[in-house]
Amino acid sequence: MAKEIERRGIPVALISAIAPLPIAVGANRIIGGRAIPHPVGDPALPADEERAFRKMLVSRALDTLTAEVQDQLVLPLEGP
Amino acid sequence: MSKTRVVHYINQFFAGIGGEDQADVGPGVVEGPKGPGLVLQKVLEGAGEVVATIYCGDNYANEFEEKARDAFAEYLSRYQPDVVLAGPAFTSGRYGMACGLVCAVARELGIPAVSAMHPENPAVELYRSRIYIAPTAATTAEMLDSISRASTLALKLAGDQPIGSAAEEDYLPRGLRYSRVASDDVGVRTVEMLMKRLRGEAFDTEWPVPSYDRVPPAPPLEALGQSTLAIVTSGGVVPKGNRDGLQSARATRWYAYSIAGQASLSAEDWESIHGGFDTAHANRDPNRIVPLDVLREFEASGAFARLADTLYVTTGNQSGLENAIRFGEEIADELVKTGVEGVIFVAT
Repeated sequence: MAKEIERRGIPVALISAIAPLPIAVGANRIIGGRAIPHPVGDPALPADEERAFRKMLVSRALDTLTAEVQDQLVLPLEGP
Repeated sequence: MSKTRVVHYINQFFAGIGGEDQADVGPGVVEGPKGPGLVLQKVLEGAGEVVATIYCGDNYANEFEEKARDAFAEYLSRYQPDVVLAGPAFTSGRYGMACGLVCAVARELGIPAVSAMHPENPAVELYRSRIYIAPTAATTAEMLDSISRASTLALKLAGDQPIGSAAEEDYLPRGLRYSRVASDDVGVRTVEMLMKRLRGEAFDTEWPVPSYDRVPPAPPLEALGQSTLAIVTSGGVVPKGNRDGLQSARATRWYAYSIAGQASLSAEDWESIHGGFDTAHANRDPNRIVPLDVLREFEASGAFARLADTLYVTTGNQSGLENAIRFGEEIADELVKTGVEGVIFVAT
């Protein structure tokens, strides 16, 4: 789906907890998320920290929209 | 044993009627082999006989498909073949479509059918799951070779012999899977395959993954601060109660929901109906899939100009590639229409 939207010239920041999948399928802007059931959340964190975590992920996603992409841009999620 | 009765299909060109100027000619049938059918007759040797040759103009077969279909069905009923062989059509798209049509009609009448085409003939995609298609080269230079392959398959089909895999029998993969009892259990086969791989030996996967095309990256947004963004998700996040009945798996639809005026996705009004994971965490806080709360913050701070009022939703769970592509195209149409310039897509 992300590819078809990019095909029309609209950049798509794809947040996914399983980055190898969109990498294989060929998405262009990929941001690693936390987990499949909650890509932009982390129930293990206190509410304020979870929100900060989500903000960090979305901020990275926004960054990819302004990034010149040559091949594939992949921002993996680091740390546990 | 009596000879296998074969009906052959060719287009107006190979039937000797004429080229492009005769492509509108309607369907017809003659007894015995004609044109490339003479090669086919030779290849069949004593095993089979071309009892009749059906022909049709390439334009006619495509423009008047229903009429062509009726005529083909009538000819096949008249000659009662054991098998139908159509083509080879090589890379000719219209001829390939006509071959596919004849074979499909034969199949509907319970007659086995095989065609021969280049793998990139557009008709392959449409017909390969329904009929057997032997691969050919791109040009007629390899007519004999192409006909040999197709006729070997045709004789097998006519003789009710079991047909093995595409690789074993040399036809274009049909995208079908059959169950069979393997000699070893999956653990043994997996380790054997791994060992072959480690030793650098050739191995055959039991589950080929599809190959995907690449899309050139969309140009970056020049001024994020002046851009309108939208959220798309495959996380199955819908208004609570799922009034539209979005499927939890194998979705065939997507929906657009208004998020206008909402500061975040409240657990009272929204839920995920995704059937591929435990939705408990998302349903306590749907922003864990659709980060509306923080996007509103970025919007308010001017990081980007505006978040579109519409949230685009489907369920990405055991989805067919064709549906996913269609969803992407349809949603892209909406995005373009409503002036959206960038997308945050959350995939679960």
